[in-house]
Amino acid sequence: MTAQPYRLSAGGLIDRTQTLSFRFDGKPYAGHPGDTLASALLANGVRLFGRSFKYHRPRGVLTAGSEEPNALVTLREGARAEPNTPATTIELYDGLAAQSQNRWPSLRFDAMAVNQLFAPLFVAGFYYKTFMWPAKAWEMLYEPVIRRAAGLGALSGLEDPDHYEHDHAFCDVLVVGAGPAGLIAAREAARAGLRVVLADESPLPGGRLLSERVELDGKSGCQWAAAMLGELASFANVRVLMRTTVFGRFDQGEHGAIERVADHLPAPRPGQPRQRLWKIVAQRTILATGATERPIVFDGNDRPGVMLASAVSTYLNRFGVAPGRRAVVLTTADSGWQTAADLVAANVAVLAVIDTRDVVPADLAEQMRAAGVTVLSGGQLVAAKGSPLSSVIARDAAGHTRHFAADLLAVAGGWNPQVALAAHLGHKPAWRADIAAYVLGDAPDGLSAAGAAEGAFGLAGTLASARAAAVTAIAALGKAAMPAPLPLVEEQHHAVSTVWTSGPCKAKAFVDFQHDVTASDITLAVREGYTSVEHLKRYTTLGMATDQGRVAQVNGHALLAAATGRALAETGTIRARPPVVPVAIGAFGGHHRGRQFRPERRTASHDWAAAQGAQFVDAGQWKRAQWFPRPGETTWRQSVDREVQATRNGVGLCDVSTLGKIELAGADVGALLDRLYINGFANLPVGKARYGVMLREDGFVFDDGTVTRIAPDRWFMTTTTANAAPVMRHIDFARQVLWPELDVQAVSVTEQWATYAIAGPRSRELLAAALPDVDMSNAALPYMGAVGLRWQGHAARLYRLSFSGELAYELSVPARLGAALVEHLFAVGKAFDLTAYGTEALGVMRIEKGHPAGNELNGWTTATDLGLGRMASTKKDYIGRIMATRPALADPARPRLVGLSPVDRSSAIRAGGHLLRPGAVAVAASDEGYVTSACYSPTLGHPIALALLAHGAERHGEEVVVHDPVRGADVRALVGDPVFFDSAGERLRG
Amino acid sequence: MRIPCPFCGARDSREFVSRGDAAPVRPAGDEADAMFDYLYLRDNPAGVFEELWYHAQGCRNWLRVRRDTLNHAIAHAELAHAERGA
Repeated sequence: MTAQPYRLSAGGLIDRTQTLSFRFDGKPYAGHPGDTLASALLANGVRLFGRSFKYHRPRGVLTAGSEEPNALVTLREGARAEPNTPATTIELYDGLAAQSQNRWPSLRFDAMAVNQLFAPLFVAGFYYKTFMWPAKAWEMLYEPVIRRAAGLGALSGLEDPDHYEHDHAFCDVLVVGAGPAGLIAAREAARAGLRVVLADESPLPGGRLLSERVELDGKSGCQWAAAMLGELASFANVRVLMRTTVFGRFDQGEHGAIERVADHLPAPRPGQPRQRLWKIVAQRTILATGATERPIVFDGNDRPGVMLASAVSTYLNRFGVAPGRRAVVLTTADSGWQTAADLVAANVAVLAVIDTRDVVPADLAEQMRAAGVTVLSGGQLVAAKGSPLSSVIARDAAGHTRHFAADLLAVAGGWNPQVALAAHLGHKPAWRADIAAYVLGDAPDGLSAAGAAEGAFGLAGTLASARAAAVTAIAALGKAAMPAPLPLVEEQHHAVSTVWTSGPCKAKAFVDFQHDVTASDITLAVREGYTSVEHLKRYTTLGMATDQGRVAQVNGHALLAAATGRALAETGTIRARPPVVPVAIGAFGGHHRGRQFRPERRTASHDWAAAQGAQFVDAGQWKRAQWFPRPGETTWRQSVDREVQATRNGVGLCDVSTLGKIELAGADVGALLDRLYINGFANLPVGKARYGVMLREDGFVFDDGTVTRIAPDRWFMTTTTANAAPVMRHIDFARQVLWPELDVQAVSVTEQWATYAIAGPRSRELLAAALPDVDMSNAALPYMGAVGLRWQGHAARLYRLSFSGELAYELSVPARLGAALVEHLFAVGKAFDLTAYGTEALGVMRIEKGHPAGNELNGWTTATDLGLGRMASTKKDYIGRIMATRPALADPARPRLVGLSPVDRSSAIRAGGHLLRPGAVAVAASDEGYVTSACYSPTLGHPIALALLAHGAERHGEEVVVHDPVRGADVRALVGDPVFFDSAGERLRG
Repeated sequence: MRIPCPFCGARDSREFVSRGDAAPVRPAGDEADAMFDYLYLRDNPAGVFEELWYHAQGCRNWLRVRRDTLNHAIAHAELAHAERGA
């Protein structure tokens, strides 16, 4: 299957010495390196590429670029399948496989094409009109049917096997597009010594030059562009990004660009990203994005075989492919004649050139007549017939109907400068009647357009425009331009007229091909009052498909203008939004997926805990040991109960390194702490620790922790794990913004220290053995005391703090010694049956002791709610003091922290259950609070819970119902003190 | 968006935490109304706005940033306490 019947015998930027084989809908074909999938299929005589979105109309190729609305295919198979990929942008590789879309059972016979018969149903706004009721039918019937009938390709549903990179670039000038204008502008900026990034979506430089038979300084467009690119590559201050589309322009000169690193390969090479997402920050941007050709609206303008004239030229000149054998050219612009000449030069029979203008360039017309081509100036196209195209019906200036048996209709409707990037920050393009196009107009700051993007059509004008844009940009950046001579080129005809439609447009005359929006949809929308471009867009979905309406938009606006009797300058055009081309979500995600979705923080003894078989739990980014299962333990409860009992009866060790740690220094730390905490700190003696509660300025509890005074002017604070960063920010705000006059420095040392809680009645004995040089007596290190020591020659700190309610210590060593310390403690601890415990056992013991933690410090509780109100000092100001006295926050009816025990000792209480008075109806109005934390207490031998209960402090001894309709039956519970165990605190002081 | 941190240079906005309006000054007295205003009443201008930003992933300085909310143009950024001469 190597015959390529439509391949020209010579020419094109393809490597004819190599043949690539590929498959489309399972059928094998051959092409050459340099081909796109579209050009290779056209070379093989394939005309039908897909079915349209709504009506399932057969569609071919309209364009030769990324603006393609019709020829969308699913590229590759399996997990790498990528739906809705324009065949016009797919670089051919050996073994390529692609599938057509939106057809069933096959592309040639599509059962859904019956949709065309129901076309009146699918007019603009049909969603809003047709399926009004009943509501249920939407879910059951309409939506599934519509989704099956209308649509594009589908995702594979498999995990993307490729990876994506992010990169940043900074430059003085970003030149978007490496066509003639971009190359000239980039070279000027480079010569002026500016840092330049030049990006182009194509694998080759040259842009339109690759599609036209032009000479610059006697070289072909391709040769000239390659030489220019070579020259640019020799500048150290230039970075060229080929296969890279700049898809968005954002504030402060930021641009998003997507580099298709490996999409032209069967699969990325090992270690190679598939795509790279660039953030390019530029002081100035030059849009050398060129212009795309417009179709003309006429009946049957979507038939396979109807193609933009510029695309016909591209297939002839760049790819060596004749998109047909018998061509008709329909044009409103001089550029169409160029395509006619290209066709003649390629020995394709040109049956006629129909120019809607009465006056056509005489030399071009003469050239065509000499080649035996019928010239219809002032002509009209009535309809295109056949699928694929087999006949073109035209009308000449005298009104006579003419039939042409053409299989190719090249359409030249004028040019749209590609200025979408400028509109991303809200800039409105302006209408220029002389070239019948929206252009940049008053350029926004830092941006200019060059060449065809500026509206400078014709090669000589393009080159001059580009140099001028570069010179302006260079001057704006304070550099001197050193202009190089422009290449010598032949002047081209480049006049454009404003003709949007041809013929009656009564049948299917398409404006937006991808979304199947027709001329009659536009007039209907206008009739129904949708007369602004933005309303028109939303009502008809004009320009809302994956191609962003790049070929459709302006035609739609022109029809809107005609239907409303306005000028195009008046209707304006829609506000383009990023991205200019579809960008894979994977590219935005980059490496942040799976385990790399966010960083993982591990404590110093993480590996040790893993070796002990610890189950880990996420605490923010931290991995914390949750419990340490032992052989024979079949449920987590068995492990946790054992860990609690071992700690309460002997000694246990828990890694508490994740608590936030902040060191403060300065003469005024005490004064600052007094303002941060509700209780006083200024009078804290050196060598002592104190528990403190912080409020937010709105009066609710923010965080709690301890502060130890290490030296008269050095203090050490701990925070909860979750609030380590917010507390640091809060302290910095207090000392930098609120009270900058205070002499306080603060630094986070969370990651500098590894800290272990050693808790239980035998903890003192263990530490005495493990740290023989430290006086562990109650007198030397009393409850809430702290000492500095040296361990293995390094500074270490020992605090006598207890979260478990037992005799307990926290031992901190530099983080890099954490693992060694744990090994040491367990080596010594063998004799004491030292047991490692995790966050679950930690939680059980703190619930037994009634200590509030994350579930209670939930941002909705006050200090009084938590039973901590009596800590609040009345002798000083502190953050949150005034707002905490607000009536609603001081209301005695507010839910207060209580303990709950089930009346029936075997019933578990679930956290989240709501509290009702016995006999109360289970409705929201009866709600008296909720359970915040619950566990089984191995110490007490029954389930317990902490809860917030209205008037809770006065209701100890009462019975409540824990109502949990979602997960289980009601549980009767007894209200009591939140401290379940050792409420006198004797165990921790001994 | 990049913020010109006076300490670190121009840095990506992702390194910063925004607090919003820099104008409110914490009242010193016991007036609940004044504290309420300080806490909850905020202007939300379309245009030039003085805001507080915290360079959390950088130097940890609180900055006073003059930003145009319409186009993110940043006219000025200084250390928050610079104004008070501390």
